[in-house]
Amino acid sequence: MTGSRVTLLSRQTSTPAETAVVPAAPPAGPAPAAATAHLELPAVRRKIPSMWALRGWMSQRQYWLLALTGLALPLIAWFALARLGTVSKVFLPGPLDVVRRVGYWFNNDDLTGDIRISVYRVVAGWALSALIAMPLGLLIGTYRAVQALLEPLTDFVRYMPAVAFIPLVMLWIGIDEGAKIAIIFIGTFFQMVLMMAEDVRRVPMAQIEAAQTMGATRLEVIEKVIIPSAKPALLDTLRITMGWAWTYLVVAELVAANSGLGYAIIKAQRFLQTDKIFAGIILIGLIGLAFDQFFRLIHRLAFPWLYARS
Amino acid sequence: MTSAIECRGVWKIFESGSSRTIALQDLTLAVAEGEFVTLVGASGCGKSTLLRTLAGLEPHSAGEIEAGGAPVAGPGADRAMVFQNYSLYPWLTVIQNIKFTRELAAHTRDRTSADVEAASGRADALLRVMGLAAVAGAYPNQLSGGMQQRVAIARALMSRPRILLMDEPFGALDAQTREVMHDLILHVSELEHCTVVFVTHDVEEAIYLGRRVVLMAPRPGRIDSLYDVPLPARRTQDMKHTPAFLELRARILGKIRETSGLKTDLELLQKLSRRASDAELPSAFNH
Repeated sequence: MTGSRVTLLSRQTSTPAETAVVPAAPPAGPAPAAATAHLELPAVRRKIPSMWALRGWMSQRQYWLLALTGLALPLIAWFALARLGTVSKVFLPGPLDVVRRVGYWFNNDDLTGDIRISVYRVVAGWALSALIAMPLGLLIGTYRAVQALLEPLTDFVRYMPAVAFIPLVMLWIGIDEGAKIAIIFIGTFFQMVLMMAEDVRRVPMAQIEAAQTMGATRLEVIEKVIIPSAKPALLDTLRITMGWAWTYLVVAELVAANSGLGYAIIKAQRFLQTDKIFAGIILIGLIGLAFDQFFRLIHRLAFPWLYARS
Repeated sequence: MTSAIECRGVWKIFESGSSRTIALQDLTLAVAEGEFVTLVGASGCGKSTLLRTLAGLEPHSAGEIEAGGAPVAGPGADRAMVFQNYSLYPWLTVIQNIKFTRELAAHTRDRTSADVEAASGRADALLRVMGLAAVAGAYPNQLSGGMQQRVAIARALMSRPRILLMDEPFGALDAQTREVMHDLILHVSELEHCTVVFVTHDVEEAIYLGRRVVLMAPRPGRIDSLYDVPLPARRTQDMKHTPAFLELRARILGKIRETSGLKTDLELLQKLSRRASDAELPSAFNH
């Protein structure tokens, strides 16, 4: 699985590598010379490629070194700023204050419970979206009639701010768990439908027509070509919308919540516990990152052909 | 000889809003059983449209099309098609791609265990004939363009279609690979006894492969002329240098140039450049 990160980024643009390993077909041309076996290579000049080469190449080590630098720099700046003491802790608590707050939260304030309920709300709202969006996206992307019927409507609704639905949701659904899940659903569903429809539309027409000329029925084309062809893009859409679902968490927990990470942030604001606000935001970021990496792992395991290189 | 394909008075008209484009005008053509026919012509002459109509991927607006004696009303397993690219299934390995038709009800309705065995034997035979045995387990994106097209051809042949329709299948390949593929497709079509209709914009390819070359002309798309290729049935690369080949090539190229409307474009260009250099430039410099 080495180099998988690079292939993940470049799989859209890369061209298939040349292969010349095949025994000659009946009327094949001259076989490629096998003269390279005992070739004496010249002294290889090791030219280090410029870091600024356009879409240049970079070793795994260099990549991670830079990534760590990118992550560490703001942390160091934060440390320094907090150390200087010029900014009041109410505005900017130090990193250690935040770590201490997380420890306190874990020991005395049921941090695990907050994480568990927030993860539940996000995943439930997102999963409900996915469950309905996937068949709709498939239909919109496959049938022009369904597209005409539903896409303009979806386009219209998705511009409505999810936050503004809170009063309506409270009125219609109440203030239970359902309401929080509903907010996350509203925030992700409409975008998800449109993205999934686009994923399905991107299935190359030649793949569909090839199946038709092999005698496939309409259902067979959908089942054996469109769905498997769109699957990787659909999983990417699920990953991206999961990120959006997390951004709606704080909004969702505005609705009469008494637990959860978003609720904790709102409450901390009321008591001017800036360190807890920081802790909550960073925790949400980390959980989101973990989910993202999990999806990427599934992507690599489920679609080996995208990562296979000769 | 019976006809594998019969087109009688076929029209194809594209309508969008108030504009109508005649893609095929009153087209009549018969392709004999086992014949290898190539379609050439300037862009916009409707050669691809004709092929897609034969495949049943596009409905024709008027006239009759028969394949194997039965009217064409949609795509069917008797007419397999090979596309220029992007038609392989990247999530399936080479052998799975070739066996794709075995997944379809049209080919497995009355399946017996003997059929299954025969099919797997056929898939193996196709792998060998197409030179794909060593990459049977590879995914398409691990193969070169030429190898991918071999897979596409093998997949099309899997269910023993009577007719093989090819839409510029080698258009994206380099010249050397294309030559190899030419000899391969001639060999395979003979082996399989199937009728081939092959669309290309490359006149040399059209002559080398075709028993007969159909030259189409644009605006409106129609058949301009037919040419019997005066070469032995079994083709070899050195025939490309024979006088008969070169003479036919020159004739067809001249005819394409004549029908493409490119000449008038050239005249227009010359007129425009003359005007710019004779009239406008000096006056501009005088000021």
